[in-house]
Amino acid sequence: MKRLISFALSILALLALFAMMAQSPKAVAQDAVDCGTEPITLRGYFETGFDLPFRLAEEFTNQYPNVTWDISQDQFTNLINATPRLLSGDNPPDLIRLPTMVSFATQGLLKNLDDYAAAFGWNDWPVPQLNQNRVAEDGTRGSGSLYAMGLNYSLTGIFYNRELAAQIGMTEAPARLAEFEELLAAAKEAGLLPIMQWGSARSGMGLAFPLQALMASVGSVDPINDWIFQKPGATIDTPENLVAAQHLADWINNGYFPEDINAIEYTDANARFGQGEGVFIFNGDWQNAGYDTDMPGNVGFFLMPPAEEGGSPAGMSAPLTFGIAANAVNADCAAFFLNWVASNETARQIGVDVGGSNPGGPSGLPMPAVAEGSITNETLAAGFVVGEAGTSMDFIANATSAIFAQGWTPELQKMVGGRQDAAGLLQAVQAEYERQLSE
Amino acid sequence: MPARLTMTMKTSDNRPAAPASSRQTTPNKVARREAIIGWLFVLPALVMYAVFVLLPLLMSIQYSFFRWNGIGPMTWVGLDNYSRVLADSDLLGTIFNSLRLVVFFSFIPVSLGLVVASIMHRTATGRFGAVARTVLFLPQVIPLVAAGIIWGWLLALPGLINEVLRAIGLSDVTRAWLGDFDWALPAVGFIGVWVLLGFCTVLLWTGMTKLDPALFESARIDGASWFTEFTRIIVPLLRNEIGVCLTVTVIAALAAFDIVYVSTAGGPGNSTAVPGIQIYVLAFTEQRIGPASALAVILTALVLIIIIPFQRLNREATQ
Repeated sequence: MKRLISFALSILALLALFAMMAQSPKAVAQDAVDCGTEPITLRGYFETGFDLPFRLAEEFTNQYPNVTWDISQDQFTNLINATPRLLSGDNPPDLIRLPTMVSFATQGLLKNLDDYAAAFGWNDWPVPQLNQNRVAEDGTRGSGSLYAMGLNYSLTGIFYNRELAAQIGMTEAPARLAEFEELLAAAKEAGLLPIMQWGSARSGMGLAFPLQALMASVGSVDPINDWIFQKPGATIDTPENLVAAQHLADWINNGYFPEDINAIEYTDANARFGQGEGVFIFNGDWQNAGYDTDMPGNVGFFLMPPAEEGGSPAGMSAPLTFGIAANAVNADCAAFFLNWVASNETARQIGVDVGGSNPGGPSGLPMPAVAEGSITNETLAAGFVVGEAGTSMDFIANATSAIFAQGWTPELQKMVGGRQDAAGLLQAVQAEYERQLSE
Repeated sequence: MPARLTMTMKTSDNRPAAPASSRQTTPNKVARREAIIGWLFVLPALVMYAVFVLLPLLMSIQYSFFRWNGIGPMTWVGLDNYSRVLADSDLLGTIFNSLRLVVFFSFIPVSLGLVVASIMHRTATGRFGAVARTVLFLPQVIPLVAAGIIWGWLLALPGLINEVLRAIGLSDVTRAWLGDFDWALPAVGFIGVWVLLGFCTVLLWTGMTKLDPALFESARIDGASWFTEFTRIIVPLLRNEIGVCLTVTVIAALAAFDIVYVSTAGGPGNSTAVPGIQIYVLAFTEQRIGPASALAVILTALVLIIIIPFQRLNREATQ
């Protein structure tokens, strides 16, 4: 019976799809890369729980009424699984949130955006993050043809509860790793939870954030980026990273994280932090709006401080990556949308208000105003620091499509459970990385 | 009871032959027409079954011999995928986990279901019995994904179950049940017990109501206790129903996916990873259709190896 119902439903869905296909007009060849004046329906595939693309789509239709949207959405983990089939399907999305991109680019599923970059002048944009969306012919990331654009450029660091931080005597952001660790110890001493973090397999292990922050604090960001970009011979199992992993192991053993971290979901960790559980949390500026709502005026932000004197604070920063399917019907209009997001004043304002991150775009454009007292002021300022110092990194969770699910998450969970040590963690993840790259 | 069943079946088998010979039409023709009509009735279901069960099964077997990312060209690799799966201790560990789940998904619900059903059968005959059966059966009606999410909340460290434990002075045993290496699998198993107990109880209770009340009456006149009734009458005469329960629940354990995926997604570490989860990750996250299919074929074979002897025993018992 169940099978019959699902069959009937899929038939209905297919019929609906055909109906939509019949409605959407084929792209007309035009000289200018824009959305034309004819009615056009852009097919979007967005990530559930993140309002920004939906709000941008809405505003785009306000400004270009001939463009309507047909948007599907899914959770991030489901996106990873569904993307190859969506892109290779008969009716691929015009605009899609890309969890990872190298394999899709090398498999020819993504549109090469070099022509659009030339037409819109994207190559002159100052944001170095454009490089994260470039894939070379040998499949390494960081240089080569452009295959995606960012709706904005996120930044990760350490959020803190101002009241609790004052309680443990924190008057300004720590300038050295050692100072930060003193604060953690003071928090523990005071009977507070030093760091709230998520760690369930379903959400993905949130300890990857403090671990990578420690890696960049102890060592330099370049070898980390090389590893993420799959440069030949790159390894995560370096002496610096071992020191970093050892710090994390100590934090775990000292009880700096919640004891139930292996069962905490992303949303629950943020809710509990918002309710005053935890002095610090490692997270990204996409959560700004949530923190502003949950703890208005009571949240602060700083970048992971360096271990050595003279070092620069570093942070993970990545574009909120959107690509265009190689066979997309309305590729021109989708590219026009991507350009509009970064250059239109209203769109940039939405990017900052809703997304909480730097909207990128051409140099010389003013940064949109941010509401006073919003945490976004601090994250945007921190973004300039990282940009100046050149210490931004992509996420170690994004090195391959399965390294997070099969490497970092289980091995870090084992570390929490006392079944993995710092050296074993790096060896196991490196072995998994090499196995996946050899496939 | 089994003897009576076979008798009725035989008479119904004989029925069409008798009027056919009396009406002078060629018995062959009639038989063939009835056969065709019969097949026509079955046809829609058969087409569905072929397209949505048999074909995917055969395709999985085919894919298991190839190296394929689901999109590009396929390369023949022979038995390579199988040797990889069998050499990978993580993947084999998932099979071991699913065997441990059999205890929770199958043995506990069936044995507990027998006890509960027999108690209901003996004592709760009126409205109370109906209410109890409904309550026990309710988990079958709730979508497993919803059940998994709700149990995730209940079993969390700040969840209801730990609060109850704390209230009765058992603070020492509280933990994040689904995040604990030793307890995550039993906790997932416990969700399985909750889901499957009602199914087993209702099926077994229905079997009991079909038993001749005279058997119980005479047993009670002879002064038989509940336990004697249970071991001497109920268990031997319900072998068929017990067989069905075991078959369904063992398959549910070995092929488990939804409850595990929603409650733990295989974590912490790989302590609750079952083949269903690994097949999903291999096929969709890693885009390695070959090893995913090989593991799926191995899982299917494992299910058959365990289920077929059950069925045999069942059939022998019936005869």
